[in-house]
Amino acid sequence: MNKQQIRSYTKLLERQRRKTNVPERCYRTQMKDTGNAVEFDNLQVQFFTDNGIVKSVDGVSFCVPTGKVVGVVGESGCGKSVTSLALMQLLQRPQGQIVGGEIRLNLQDKAYDIAKTPEAVMRQLRGSAVSMIFQEPMTALNPVFTVGRQIEEVISFHDRRYATAQEIKNRTLELLELVGIPNPQGVYGMYPHQLSGGMRQRVMIAIAIACNPRLVVADEPTTALDVTIQAQILELLASLRDKLGTAILLITHDLGVVAGIADLVVVMYAGRVVEQGTVQEILSCPAHPYTIGLLASKPVVGKKTDSLFSIPGSVPDPVNLPKHCYFHSRCSHATQACTGEYPAEIQLSPTHKVSCYKENTHG
Amino acid sequence: MDDILSVKNLKKYFPSPNGLVKAVDDVSFSVKRGTTMGLVGESGCGKSTTGRCVLRLSGGLTGGQVLFQNQDLYKLSKKALRALRPKLQIIFQDPFSSLSPRLTVGELMKEAVREHRIVPAGELEHHIDKIMENCGLKTSYKSRYPHEFSGGQRQRICIARALALNPDFVLCDEPVSALDVSIQAQIVNLLQKLQQEYGLTYLFISHDLSVVEHICDTVAVMYLGKIVEYAPTKALFDKPLHPYTQALFSAIPVPDPNHKLQRILLQGNIPSPIDPPSGCRFHPRCPHAMDICSRVVPVLAKVDADHTCACHLYHQVREASKE
Repeated sequence: MNKQQIRSYTKLLERQRRKTNVPERCYRTQMKDTGNAVEFDNLQVQFFTDNGIVKSVDGVSFCVPTGKVVGVVGESGCGKSVTSLALMQLLQRPQGQIVGGEIRLNLQDKAYDIAKTPEAVMRQLRGSAVSMIFQEPMTALNPVFTVGRQIEEVISFHDRRYATAQEIKNRTLELLELVGIPNPQGVYGMYPHQLSGGMRQRVMIAIAIACNPRLVVADEPTTALDVTIQAQILELLASLRDKLGTAILLITHDLGVVAGIADLVVVMYAGRVVEQGTVQEILSCPAHPYTIGLLASKPVVGKKTDSLFSIPGSVPDPVNLPKHCYFHSRCSHATQACTGEYPAEIQLSPTHKVSCYKENTHG
Repeated sequence: MDDILSVKNLKKYFPSPNGLVKAVDDVSFSVKRGTTMGLVGESGCGKSTTGRCVLRLSGGLTGGQVLFQNQDLYKLSKKALRALRPKLQIIFQDPFSSLSPRLTVGELMKEAVREHRIVPAGELEHHIDKIMENCGLKTSYKSRYPHEFSGGQRQRICIARALALNPDFVLCDEPVSALDVSIQAQIVNLLQKLQQEYGLTYLFISHDLSVVEHICDTVAVMYLGKIVEYAPTKALFDKPLHPYTQALFSAIPVPDPNHKLQRILLQGNIPSPIDPPSGCRFHPRCPHAMDICSRVVPVLAKVDADHTCACHLYHQVREASKE
């Protein structure tokens, strides 16, 4: 497509997005398994830029079961954040568009396909059914409103059970206490700049869980924090999952964080899922050469090595992705078969799936 | 082995509307030639300020001395300091903001080499080519601009730029923090290779303890402007003594689901360096805090052969065993 065609195509997509009065049957769907909080099915997200079309997410499928933590790992640019933004319908439009696939969000008695849900309905879902914790607690909070007011806003918008101002305030104080803030009364009236990074992240978490969402998306929630504070926040997230039964979609690049808190792991590379399985399967017996490389390249305290393993080369250009396996040029196990079609997903166990020819030949 | 760098009672206070910020308060250490010393701690503990003071990059000191090859850096004249500059180089954390976007890669590297007359004009191109190849960069990159490169490549350019001046000492201020894991490994390996080839000395500032353990020979742990523990890497990681170091180590995430963390969760946050707690600065968060901790400032003293730690827990025990 040339520039002109790209522009007219995004205009077309935008027109569909902006439609109002869409009947519910257009975006209502069925969950494959009602035990899942969200199901990504062959999701495709593309960015239409002047340099060409970037396939940020290219056929991603995985599920987040209710009450479980799913960790999505990968390097920057692999599409992990774009996947989570697509779920929230927060993609940078008009360039970023969901062009294919389904995101099925479980709402207990019904399920919606987020890819087709209109903007007005999405506003009702964001914050109540699904909410998000961002990486930078410094920029995600509004600097001109007090912490209390920012939490109250969510409750008054979504939760009808709290009607009066006093009820909402009490609920806010309760939330601040729940996320482990030492003096809720004081912090209630403070502005974000008066709090430290860890405290701000706690406030973000309080906003995210204010309406008991079924799913919380945490996009690198601890990357901007120090290790000791990171440990505190991870502990808090794990305890909230146990207390409230919320499913958590944890986006991170740190395999150590995943090992500590996640139940299931999804490894992404250049917009595709290369491997997924339980934490045990992925970290103890990784099957994809990329996962193996990722695990080997991180120095581990207590394990002394002379030189770190490093994956040669770098991620392929997202505008001109090859037809064959994207990892082929960096892979030490590459064979003739790898220059053929992109490898299909192979089931190693009921939960463990990998896209690699290496496993094909064994099986 | 001789000490290439020794820092004695370094103090750096910054004025602020609310009083003096004691960013670095009485820090002493020395680095032996050809080794790597790590400086770890959480953000705001003063590790970067210490690094900058060591290179005389942040104005005058509040107190103390920095001796580089037995010369006091803060007593040198402008001219003498300038002559010494090539020997002291720095690699910054963010390879995106530390390269001028208006200069080509070749120009970025040549600028300082030409200025300090490191090599005769005729050999300049050859010198740059050699350094670039050593850092894993193609010589054809010389005509390109920094924005054309990825983070890892840019960090290689920063390393090559520092190395082109034939330095003795390189300050690495969080050189891999902004990079992805697989790229991190490439840069760490490159730094180690170059150290062996050129006999460099590194002061490695980082908050990533696993990288520090991998690359450093000795490690100093900082908390709120003071060094709380200082020891050879192996001794420190085998047996951390200071309660803060223990908590810090227990918080490192390990990529192994079978590893059950014995986390020592610290309460609260780092206090403000404007009005640090009395006595031991860690006492309000310390699980072993005693009476004495809030009154007397513990000194950095030997516990084992070359393992030093500033904590009343150990020095009391020592006194008791003497009696």
